Amino acid sequence: MTTLVKYQSQLVAKPYFIAAIGLFIGQILFGLIMGLQYVWGDFLFPEIPFNVARMVHTNLLIVWLLFGFFGAAYYLVPEEAERELHSPKLALALFWIFLVAGVLTILGYLFVPYATLAEMTGNDLLPTMGREFLEQPTIIKIGIAAVALGFLYNIGMTILGGRKTVVNIILLTGLIGLAVLWLFSFYNPENLVLDKMFWWWVVHLWVEGVWELILAAIMAFVLIKTTGIDREVIDKWLYVIVAAALISGILGTGHHYYFIGTPEYWQPIGGIFSAMEPIPFFMMTLFAFNMVNRRRRDHPNKATVLWAMGTGVLAFLGAGVWGFMHTLAPVNYYTHGTQITAAHGHMAFYGAYVMIVLTIISYAMPIMRGREANSKKAQAVEMWSFWLMSVSMVFITLFLTGAGILQVWLQRMGEGLPFMQVQDQLQIFYWLRTISGTIFMIGLIVYVWSFFVKGDDVVATD
Amino acid sequence: MSEKFTKSMARNIFFGGSVFFILVFLALSFDTVQRLPERDHRENITESVVLGKKVWEENNCIGCHTLLGEGAYFAPELGNVYIRFGNSKEAIKAFIKSRPKNGIPGRRSMPQFNLTEEELDGMADFLKWTSEINTANWPPNIQG
Repeated sequence: MTTLVKYQSQLVAKPYFIAAIGLFIGQILFGLIMGLQYVWGDFLFPEIPFNVARMVHTNLLIVWLLFGFFGAAYYLVPEEAERELHSPKLALALFWIFLVAGVLTILGYLFVPYATLAEMTGNDLLPTMGREFLEQPTIIKIGIAAVALGFLYNIGMTILGGRKTVVNIILLTGLIGLAVLWLFSFYNPENLVLDKMFWWWVVHLWVEGVWELILAAIMAFVLIKTTGIDREVIDKWLYVIVAAALISGILGTGHHYYFIGTPEYWQPIGGIFSAMEPIPFFMMTLFAFNMVNRRRRDHPNKATVLWAMGTGVLAFLGAGVWGFMHTLAPVNYYTHGTQITAAHGHMAFYGAYVMIVLTIISYAMPIMRGREANSKKAQAVEMWSFWLMSVSMVFITLFLTGAGILQVWLQRMGEGLPFMQVQDQLQIFYWLRTISGTIFMIGLIVYVWSFFVKGDDVVATD
Repeated sequence: MSEKFTKSMARNIFFGGSVFFILVFLALSFDTVQRLPERDHRENITESVVLGKKVWEENNCIGCHTLLGEGAYFAPELGNVYIRFGNSKEAIKAFIKSRPKNGIPGRRSMPQFNLTEEELDGMADFLKWTSEINTANWPPNIQG
């Protein structure tokens, strides 16, 4: 098979991207199941209780995004470093280890009662299970750490032995942070308050910290390639964006320390710094639009440019605006742990991390498949999927926000109504959310279909 | 961005700013850990509370419920459930025990976990201890 990659070892990214898309489909399938459980309480009960569906939904998201990040790194690091990957064999071996471990975990969730899974995998020896997003059996957590370590070694050796670009340095910094912070998933003290406090060192410092470095680095790489803008300009933007991300995001952790037993001084600190967390996302939007407007070449892959600009906009809306909406302590006092959080979570993850992975896949896949860009027809289908998924995600977020506002009003104001009575009042929003989710799934099917659309290849015009 | 603002300035802001705020964060976290004992009443963490947390985790309760506002939003907040159930451990145990195996037609229902008496006691003790954590007055009312 022909390919246009500059370095053959970049091709190792391909299985990573394919696995990512496969797991993405699974994630959305279980999202739909949960959406239906919100409106038909007994749907699939007791075979797939809600907690199992949710675990599958969120864990698949994390795992497929990690596949996306790993694939992105294997693709762009050699090109940036101007040399072959240190060990393509190691990358391929880690791919299979990670995939088998991931699939086994999901099957375990689905076919074994969770308490039995904990017993089978020796959770007693080092209890780490049963905490939100960190539900994986301890042995799987160790596996993830090992895969991350092998991956860092591979990427690190490649970068050390090659050209050290800013993109590579920032990406590597983010990936090292990802691996190091993962170690806190092994800390599970008997004291719930301490447990929660350090749980956020994985969860918050990932998605509102080091993952933003990975996102910005991938974005910068794609913009360099598609716009032909001078690297000096891109590098400066990149540094400023990641500086803003960490300066706001690290102390921004405080916005999770309002009501979990930690001291009250986190309320002003968390409020002030997390209120600045939209800034890096806003700059990301400016970055993407500016670079595209000032482009020095018209890259034939229009779909990639659309994904890149979409990432900026929806990350800013979802992570930035929807995050800001409930980040100040006096507001969060009423919204903490309601559907408002779910609304924010959905658009933030989609806008920032789902879309950046789809951006790099959109850019790299055609090249790995032997053409600079897909045919006009295939790109049109891909762009349809962009709009279907993005618009339906906006609606999912709006309906969950509506549900959240009504929930806060009914349940949290004055005496308040009991939780389940309030849930009954929110049915209309949950129905509309599930319908939007179905359209998202259609968008995803269109996306997968776009890989199989034939037509004449588009060639560069510059 | 202007020419006067150079790439090395941007780099210094990134590395300098990050290191500075990491250090501030570590200092504040250290201070928080020092202050926690008076807020979490860890002297009341008995063996039964420890067992309760383990039962909580190994049945993935967080997959439906929130605990101090964190978790899933499918089922009620449990940080204050001990108070909501009239300061009664027995009421908590009775609720968990009575869940129908096959659910309730058309409604959300908690699975039947078949917990032992010891595990039920642990769960109730864990939820009682949790309800006594100083959470800056959260939740706003008894409904959680």
